[in-house]
Amino acid sequence: MELSTILQYAFAGIKIGSIYAMVALGFNIIYNTTGIINLAQGEFVMLGGMFTVTLAKLMPLGLAFPIAVLAVAIVGCLFERAAIWPARRSSVITLIMITIGGSFLLKGAAMQVWGKNSFPLRPFSSEKPINILGAWVQPQVFWIIGVLAVVMILLTLFFRFTLTGKAMRACAANRAAATLSGISVDRMVLLSFALSAGIGAIAGIVITPVTLVDYGCGSMYALKGFAAAVLGGLGVSAGAVVGGLTIGLMECFGAALPFQGASSYKDGFALLILFVFLCAKPSGILGRAAISELKKF
Amino acid sequence: MGKKNLFGLASLVVVLLVVPHLLGNPYYLGVLVWCGIYGLVCMGLSLFMGYCGQISLGHAGFCALGAYISGILTTRFGFSPWPALGVAMLASLLVAFVVGLPTLRLKGHYLAMATLGFGMIIFVAAGGDPFGLTGGPSGFWGIPKLSVFGVVLDSEVKWYYFVWAVVLVCLVALLNIVHSRVGRALRSIHGGEPAAKAMGVHTARYKTQTFLLSAALGSLAGSFYAHYVGFVNPHPFGLNFSIHLLTMVVVGGMTNLWGAIAGTALLTILTRYFRVFMDWGVFFDGFILVIIMLVFPEGLFVGAARRLGGFVSRKRSTGVPGQASRQAAGGG
Amino acid sequence: MDNILRVESLRKNFGGVVALDGLTFEVQKGAIKSIIGPNGAGKTTLFNIISGMYRPSSGGVWFLGESITGSPPYVTAKRGISRTFQNLQLFANMTVRENVMVGRHCRTKTGFLRSALRLPGAAKEEKRTAAEAMDILRFVGLEESAQRGASTLPFGKQRVVEMARALATDPKLLLLDEPASGLNLRETEEIGRLIQKIRDTGKTIIVVEHDMSLVMAISEEVLVLDHGRRIAEGPPRSIQKHPEVLRVYLGEEIPHAQSPES
Repeated sequence: MELSTILQYAFAGIKIGSIYAMVALGFNIIYNTTGIINLAQGEFVMLGGMFTVTLAKLMPLGLAFPIAVLAVAIVGCLFERAAIWPARRSSVITLIMITIGGSFLLKGAAMQVWGKNSFPLRPFSSEKPINILGAWVQPQVFWIIGVLAVVMILLTLFFRFTLTGKAMRACAANRAAATLSGISVDRMVLLSFALSAGIGAIAGIVITPVTLVDYGCGSMYALKGFAAAVLGGLGVSAGAVVGGLTIGLMECFGAALPFQGASSYKDGFALLILFVFLCAKPSGILGRAAISELKKF
Repeated sequence: MGKKNLFGLASLVVVLLVVPHLLGNPYYLGVLVWCGIYGLVCMGLSLFMGYCGQISLGHAGFCALGAYISGILTTRFGFSPWPALGVAMLASLLVAFVVGLPTLRLKGHYLAMATLGFGMIIFVAAGGDPFGLTGGPSGFWGIPKLSVFGVVLDSEVKWYYFVWAVVLVCLVALLNIVHSRVGRALRSIHGGEPAAKAMGVHTARYKTQTFLLSAALGSLAGSFYAHYVGFVNPHPFGLNFSIHLLTMVVVGGMTNLWGAIAGTALLTILTRYFRVFMDWGVFFDGFILVIIMLVFPEGLFVGAARRLGGFVSRKRSTGVPGQASRQAAGGG
Repeated sequence: MDNILRVESLRKNFGGVVALDGLTFEVQKGAIKSIIGPNGAGKTTLFNIISGMYRPSSGGVWFLGESITGSPPYVTAKRGISRTFQNLQLFANMTVRENVMVGRHCRTKTGFLRSALRLPGAAKEEKRTAAEAMDILRFVGLEESAQRGASTLPFGKQRVVEMARALATDPKLLLLDEPASGLNLRETEEIGRLIQKIRDTGKTIIVVEHDMSLVMAISEEVLVLDHGRRIAEGPPRSIQKHPEVLRVYLGEEIPHAQSPES
C-alpha cells in the first residue's frame, strides 16, 4: 500500500473512530454513576443529528448546534426520570430491557417525526478536500477530531476541578459513601444522563455532514461505541478514546483487506474485536481486572 | 409437571382444534401459523430469559440462520428440506456456542451487547452477499414446500396443524425441563448466581446449554418460515425483530412458558390480524417493553389480574415457577 | 484427629488492596472452628476462595489431602464443601423445599434430554430429591414451611433455610458466613444449637461470626484474623485473654466494647 492510501484509510478510521470514542464516553459516564449500560446511547447520536438537521433550516448552524445538544440532553433527563429512576432497584436484566425499550421508543418516535429518509447536513466549513501527503481529506474530519479533543478536555476539567464533577466521581467510586457525605446520588445520575446524552448529540451533529442521518442509525453507533468502551476498559475515559480510535482504524483498514467482500463485512470487525476481548481480557486495554471483579454488574 | 399444566395443555389442544372451524378466511389461519412460528422462538427465549435470567438481543439472527441455510441448501445445493433443516440447526448450534462461550461467563450487559452484535452481523452478512448465496438485500425465491410423512404442506390449514403440533411437542418438553432438576438449576441462576454456584450448579454450562436450546428453536422457526413463505430476504431478521421477540416474551410474563405463548399470540394477532401497529411497530415495541418492565414485570396477564383485584392466589406461584416473587429475585 | 482442610500461605489482592496476606491454618475433622476478626479482616474473602468463588493470588487450599486451589464452585461443592452467605442468598423465586432441592443438585444427574422426555429414571430421581429435601427440612425443623415462598419466611427462618440448603449438598465441610447476623438472642441460641446438631452428624463446620457469645459457646477452636493475617489461634478460653486479640478488638478508644463474656 502506498503512503497516500494508508493515510486515506487512517483519516477515515480516525474520523469514524472519534465518533465511537464519543459514544463510548457516553456509555462510561452512565456506567460509572449507575452501573447501567444505556442501550439508548445510539439514539442520542441519532437525535443530535436529526434535531440539528431540522434546526439548521431555521437558524445558523452555530446556533442550531448548541440548541440541539441541549434538547437531546433534556431528552436524556426525561428518559432517566421516566424510565430509569423508577426501576433503580430492579435487576440488571430489567434495566437492560428498559434501556433497549427506551431506545426503540426514541427510534420509533423519530421515525414518526422525520420519516424513513436519510437527511444531509452541510459541513461546518468548506467542502473542498484538503490534500495531505497525497491523501484527500474532507475539512469536516478536522472538525470531528477537534470536537473530540475539546470534549475530552472539558470532561477532564469537569471531573478533576469542579465540585459537581468530583461528586460524580465519588458516586462512581462508592455510592454508599457518597450518599453518606451528602451527595445526592439521584441528581448525579440525572446529570450523568444529561451529560452523556449531550455528548452523544455532539457526536451525531459532527458526523452527520459526512454520513447522513436516519432514524435507525443509532443502533450501530451504540454497538460500536460499546465495543470501543469494552476495548478501552469499561468506565475508563482515556480507554474510550483509545478503544474508539482503534475500532475505527481496524474497521477502515479491515475493509481494505484483499479478500472478496471484505468491505461488506467491515461492520463485523468491531464485533470480532469485541469478542476477542471478551474472551481474552474482559477488563479492556486500560481497565483493571481485579476491580471489575468487585463491580456490582 | 403438575395438574395445572396438564389442564393448560388439554385446553390448548381443544382451542387449537376448534379455532380453524370458526375462521372462514385462510388469511386468518395464516395469522395463527405465524403465532406458532414465533411461539417456537419465544418459548426458547422465555426459558433463556425468564428461567435462566439471561438476555438475548439477537435471536432474530438464529431465525435468519435457519431460514437462509434451509433456503440456500434446498434451492442451490439440491438438499431436500428436512436434511437442510437439520444442517441449519446444527450450524445455529455451532454459532450459538461460539457466541455464547465467552459471553455467558460474563455478566448481563456483555451478553446483551454481544447478542445484539451477533444479530446485526447476521443481518449485515445476509444483505451483503459477498459469495453470491444470499441474494443480497432482495433475497431469493423458490424455496420448496415442506412435506411431512408424504403430505406436502401447501395450504394454510396444513401448516396450521403442523406448526402447532410442533409447538405442542416443544412445549411439553420444555415444561418437563422446567419442572425438573434442570429447571430448578436454571431458576436458581436467576434467583441468585453466587448461591447457585455454591450449590454446585455449573452455571456457565447451564446458561450455554439453554442458549443453545433457544438458538435451535430459533433456527427451527426460521426454517419453517423459509418453507412457509417460500422466499427470504434480510429485512424481517433485523434488530427490530429481535426486540419484537423480546417484547412478545415479556408481555406474556417471561418467567412463564405459557406467558410466552400467550404474549406471542396476543401481539401477533394484534399486528397481523387487526393491523393496529403498522408503522408504529418499533415505537410500540419500545413502549411496551418499558411499560411492562416498570408496571407489570411479571407480565401483562398476571400483572393486570393482580392490579384488578389481587386475586391471583399465592398458590399459583408453586404451579408456575417464579411468578409471584420474581421481583425479589434481582441479582446481578 | 487429622485435618480436613489445610490453608497455606493464602494471598488475595484486589487491585492494590490486600484482602488475605499469607494466611495459614488447618481445620480438624469433626470440629467447629470459628473465624473472627474486625470488618475487612478477610473472612468472607477466605470463604469465597475455599468455596471456589475467587481464585487466590497465591498460596493453596487442600481439602481431604487434595489440592482444591482454584477449583470452580461446582467442583468444590461436589467434593463436599458447602456454604451459606452473610447477606442471605435464598432463591426468592422458589419455595423453601425447592431451595433445598437445589442443594441436591450436585448429588443428582438428570440432564436436559432426560428431563425433557421425562424418562422413568428422571421421574424417580425427582421424587427421591423431593423426599430427601423434606428429610433435611425435618432435621432443621422447617417441614411445615416447605411449600411457602422462601422470601415470605421471617428473617431468622430464612437463615435456617439457607443452612438446610447447604446441608442438602451432603457436605463434609460446611462454611457458615455470619449465621447469627440479624438474629435476636433467642434465634441466635437456636442457631447455635442447630450448628452443634449438624456437627454431631459428623460434619466439620467453619463459622465466621461477630457474635462472641455464640463463638465462645460452640467452637472448639477460634482463629482470629486482622488485615488478612492470623493474629491468634486456639481454644476459645485462650483467645479471650490473648493480648493481640484484645488490642485488635478493643483498641484504645473503646475499652468497654463487647467483652467476650457478655
